[in-house]
Amino acid sequence: MEYFLELFFSGLTRGSIYALIALGYTMVYGIIELINFAHGEIYMIGAFVGLVVAGILTSFGFPAASIIVLASIAAIIYAAAYGYTIEKIAYRPLRGAPRLSPLISAIGMSIFLQNYVMLSQTSDFLSFPNLIPEFNFLGKYESMVGSSDFVIIVVAAVVMVALNLFIKFTRMGKAMRATAQNRKMAMLVGINVDQVISATFVIGSALAAVGGVLIASHIGQINFFIGFIAGIKAFTAAVLGGIGSVPGAMLGGLILGWTESFCTGYVSSDYEDVFAFALLVLILIFRPSGLLGKAPIQKV
Amino acid sequence: MEGLKKSILASLWFMFLTLPIMGVFVNTIDKSVTWHLDRVLYVGVAAFILSYLWRFMLERKEKGQKAEEQASVEKVTLFSKLMVNPKIYWPALIAVAGFAVAFPKLFSMYQVNVMTSALIYVVLGLGLNIVVGLAGLLDLGFVAFYAVGAYSYALMNMYWGISFWVALPLGALLGAFCGILLGFPVLRLRGDYLAIVTLGFGEIIRLVLENWGTFTHGPSGISNIARPEFFGFAKGFMAQINFMYYLMLVLVIFTIFVVNRLKNSRIGRAWQALREDEIACQAMGIDKMKTKLMAFSLGATWAGMVGVVFAAKTTFINPASFTFLESAIILSIVVLGGMGSILGVILGALVLILLPEYMREFSEYRMLIFGATMVLVMVFRPQGLVRDVRKKIDISAVKKALGGAHE
Repeated sequence: MEYFLELFFSGLTRGSIYALIALGYTMVYGIIELINFAHGEIYMIGAFVGLVVAGILTSFGFPAASIIVLASIAAIIYAAAYGYTIEKIAYRPLRGAPRLSPLISAIGMSIFLQNYVMLSQTSDFLSFPNLIPEFNFLGKYESMVGSSDFVIIVVAAVVMVALNLFIKFTRMGKAMRATAQNRKMAMLVGINVDQVISATFVIGSALAAVGGVLIASHIGQINFFIGFIAGIKAFTAAVLGGIGSVPGAMLGGLILGWTESFCTGYVSSDYEDVFAFALLVLILIFRPSGLLGKAPIQKV
Repeated sequence: MEGLKKSILASLWFMFLTLPIMGVFVNTIDKSVTWHLDRVLYVGVAAFILSYLWRFMLERKEKGQKAEEQASVEKVTLFSKLMVNPKIYWPALIAVAGFAVAFPKLFSMYQVNVMTSALIYVVLGLGLNIVVGLAGLLDLGFVAFYAVGAYSYALMNMYWGISFWVALPLGALLGAFCGILLGFPVLRLRGDYLAIVTLGFGEIIRLVLENWGTFTHGPSGISNIARPEFFGFAKGFMAQINFMYYLMLVLVIFTIFVVNRLKNSRIGRAWQALREDEIACQAMGIDKMKTKLMAFSLGATWAGMVGVVFAAKTTFINPASFTFLESAIILSIVVLGGMGSILGVILGALVLILLPEYMREFSEYRMLIFGATMVLVMVFRPQGLVRDVRKKIDISAVKKALGGAHE
């Protein structure tokens, strides 16, 4: 039972992170029907910015609590800026091009960003300081839910609730929903669609950066390649829940986290990544619209 | 004036963006911070210049589009005019053929080796070109079929001592078989879903090769794979390398021949129609599933076959040769060369594989440039280096003969 609970919570932690990154995929797909292949790299860049800022602040002797806040804020700002720039350079000139073009452009962007970070930082793993201070709040259950697990789960939950409220009640959120439903109509009623798309990229990237800093601090090391696997897994989560649906991304993230955690715990840890990929292939074959998604209508 | 302001802003923006990644390096173990602010300054200058170029190119592209819309006649470039003219076409072809045959006599063993790998990529590119260029199915796991071919030869050679010449068709068959196996369930997915599934499939194959240690020797790979026997010829090491080159050359010519025939055949036309509009295609009565499956498995056949050659050439393979990046390289060959165009893919492979080889000092920037090229090509020149020219039947003479009676 204890082992089960341990796996359950480690799955919950993983799942929360996947869900955070998956939201970026789902939001972008919902609005412009593009798989933003470079989204995993945004997450990676967020983690790197967090590392750099944390390193600089430590060398100036800032207190630990302020470092995590400032590093996260810097990571969010930078990831959002990168997301905005990528959209402007690689996707905006391709509006209205055949579907394959923006996808290839996105893959190119992803390769470019990976190598950009590899060449300017290093290809080795860099150790990431543990930014989340240890606090014992569970007594003897401490081994199951560490303090960083707890922080990750809580932060992810808060962020998701906030995002849902944002989409439901703010002006921009309403504009986003309208654009997702019908871009031309949204334009006709006076919504600045370019602005909405930019905002979507900015928000999605900011969420990925939160995930990046949290997971980097949890695992303790990063390198230029972490975005690739995390990106694919988050994409799996998005597809699992139904791409385009925000609650779907959260649900998908959690299911994927638990699947991985239980499969590695009870089956074999060698094939950790295979489980995620196999799940992805299975979903796409049997239910490509995902759990909460709607099957797309083909228009002639 | 407006341009200057925009460029200054772009320059500042990129300096801001690159500041933490390029400008600072921290080591959290010994708590040291190294600043490289000079790099950020270079980025600023480069962004300033490039932003002018960017705007110029965008404007030119827009003008080009407008001109094309107004002219409404398909513009024939000088290059493609030259290609059609038999006075230039045939001598050029003979010169290239002569050069290709004489290559091992003219250059060193190293050069021959490099050229052989470039030719391997030519065939891979042409294979993927069937799937992506002609049929419009984005396959990001193409390298998996390449791995299937390479591993099938390596394993069959290791366990049963099967020779290269037997393995070559077997590798092709296995490639085709895996293509069908994967294609069957996933081909009803739309473009971008298909891309991700094939990517996942490629990664699964690689991870299995890596983790199934008892069968595939895991990450350490398989070494001492037998080089092919050339029926008593080519006993020495040098001669074997030359023969490997000629073998690849023959394979390339064979591939070009087959792909060219396929492209202008009934099925090739069906692929291109499918690429343009799936629904209209179905309405025309084309069996969508069969056509897609054909493209997928034919592409995989070439990958499987070249995989066998690759294993024989390097005599050592491990899963690290079959990562997603390899798929991306092959894809960028197809994209840069010009999707659908055979000549374009050949040029693309030679440029992308030979250029980094001869510019050693740039080789670590290879993937960076690949990525950037893919984006830039898509934005400014989606047709690639060589635009695919469709074979057309000129019926104006017939019309004239009929005296315009039917118009």
